[in-house]
Amino acid sequence: MPETDNLRTEEGPSTEITRRRFILGVIAGGAVVGAASYRILAPGGRGRSFGGERLITLNVNGKPRRVEVMKQETLAWTLRYKLGLTGTKLGCDRAECGACTVLVDDVPHYSCSLLTNTVRGRKVTTIEGLAADDGTLHPVQQAVVEAQGFQCAFCMSGFVMATVGYLKAHPSPTRTELAHGISGNLCRCQDYMKILDAMMLGAEKMRRA
Amino acid sequence: MAVIRDVMPAFDLLQPESAGDAQKLLQQHGSDAWVMAGGMDSLDWLKDRIKKPGVLVDLSGVEELKGVRATGDGVEIGAMTTLTEIANHPGIRKNYGLLAQAVELVASPQIRNQATLGGNVSQDVRCWYYRGGWPCYRAGGNICFADTPVGRNREHAIFGANRCVAVHPSDSVPALIALDAKFVVQTSGGERVVDAEDYFVGPEDDITRINMLRPGDLLTAIRIPAAWAGARFYFEKVRDRNVWDFPLMNVASAARLNGGTIAEIRIAVNAVSPRPMRLQAVEAAVRGRAADADTGEMAGKLAVEGAVPLQYNAYKIPLMRNLVKRAVAGAGQPQGSSTLASNALAQEATCRS
Ligand SMILES: Cc1cc2nc3c(=O)[nH]c(=O)nc-3n(C[C@@H](O)[C@@H](O)[C@H](O)COP(=O)(O)OP(=O)(O)OC[C@H]3O[C@@H](n4cnc5c(N)ncnc54)[C@H](O)[C@@H]3O)c2cc1C
Ligand code: FES
Ligand code: FES
Repeated sequence: MPETDNLRTEEGPSTEITRRRFILGVIAGGAVVGAASYRILAPGGRGRSFGGERLITLNVNGKPRRVEVMKQETLAWTLRYKLGLTGTKLGCDRAECGACTVLVDDVPHYSCSLLTNTVRGRKVTTIEGLAADDGTLHPVQQAVVEAQGFQCAFCMSGFVMATVGYLKAHPSPTRTELAHGISGNLCRCQDYMKILDAMMLGAEKMRRA
Repeated sequence: MAVIRDVMPAFDLLQPESAGDAQKLLQQHGSDAWVMAGGMDSLDWLKDRIKKPGVLVDLSGVEELKGVRATGDGVEIGAMTTLTEIANHPGIRKNYGLLAQAVELVASPQIRNQATLGGNVSQDVRCWYYRGGWPCYRAGGNICFADTPVGRNREHAIFGANRCVAVHPSDSVPALIALDAKFVVQTSGGERVVDAEDYFVGPEDDITRINMLRPGDLLTAIRIPAAWAGARFYFEKVRDRNVWDFPLMNVASAARLNGGTIAEIRIAVNAVSPRPMRLQAVEAAVRGRAADADTGEMAGKLAVEGAVPLQYNAYKIPLMRNLVKRAVAGAGQPQGSSTLASNALAQEATCRS
């Protein structure tokens, strides 16, 4: 991946900021964001507004969200950099890893490969939208905690969303069926057996819930 | 590995709600317009800045292009029907299981939830030199980078190469050819309905186009005639990983048996040539013969006659012989998806026997 250190300033470590704080900071300020592992800048400049942005309303996690969106903007970009929903990860931006998986009308999609303007009027659910309002985790999230399904967990929100979407349509899968159902997600730490253990536990918890 | 870049360069996004409006917009903008169905092929081109259309015509809001309808003679599948919907459709599974099987093996679950049949048949080749923006023949230049002494061509053609050695990558197409499907295309000169195999254009006819579509044209539907409903089907796809990967090769056949004899058969193979291949000579040779291993053996040998391997893809010859053999012999053969490693074992076994 190119441009690994672009958040680090020339002066050295004393001025470093954490990636998360930086991201939350710029989102609060309404500006564009570069993340530590890849460099993303507004086309044609540093200002806060891009040419061709249009105010639209999206239904995200059950709430109407008003957001200015470029025509060429992907849903992953809007979620992360405009709405601050950074639980959705970008691993490849090419439909090749699953880290960006969200539900659109309850069906798993790669949000890196969907233009935001094509999901107007549809229901978008991200990892942030799974827990109940009082903070109670979704059964699949709870299962991940109990079974410690992940290592670095970069792939986790994508796996959880793919699993939740699959289970909505197939509530009682066998382990093999579930493995096939969530085969569109990669884990670079490669502990698929533990992930499947957690997801099968999640399926059981969902049936009981 | 793909590079994550800045957001795509700007384009205008037009979102028609009817096929008529879509066609009007496409004709209005001509070669500056790009049709976007599910976007699974389209967005890569735009993200990589290799293709730079000024206008994207997004078909996702055109409801009339979605869904499977029964017709007097078989079914009509709207171009914007997703691969998941086709794979799960009870009528398709029951009567045209060959297509359900083929689309179920495309890419990954999320991609199948988004990708459409129209996009799958209309997608461009995957040769990485071409996709990487190299000025090759297909891109309008005058060299093929894959067909040089150092070219990486393990995935490339063993048939039909003509300057360009890229292969057609679709999984659904061989199934549609075997089912004798018809493609319905709206052109500026009116509606055209063509046989599946005639939708595709080889480099000998026009090296920069992969199908008959010209700027302004719209594929609206694919019709499958009832003639092959419930026939004996065979589909197999071979790839390196069992998810995501394009076919190194795939084969599809539809056969009508009379007792143990092949009365009628259609066979198609993809990822072996720039145009999806229908094996008419093999079809003719096996008609009237027993659907067994001997006929399969003969069919496999005939199928690879005239194959010309490149430096790194000679494995495709025994692979194709093997796949065609199974597609003809049918019963008792492994179906579905396999990896090259498992097929290599099977080949070794056949070579030794
Ligand atoms: C990681 C990855 C893995 C993949 N693996 C496979 C695989 O294993 N097998 C396989 O077959 N494919 C594979 N694909 C290719 C995938 O793009 C197609 O399978 C998909 O079906 C394309 O459909 P779409 O609706 O997304 O098309 P789009 O990307 O929107 O369109 C594809 C092309 O067709 C044109 N087009 C689409 N619809 C129409 C229409 N109605 N009229 C006129 N032109 C039209 C577009 O202009 C574009 O040129 C893979 C893709 C990715 C990104
Ligand atoms: S970031 Fe979308 S699939 Fe990898
Ligand atoms: S746990 Fe690290 S990528 Fe999956």
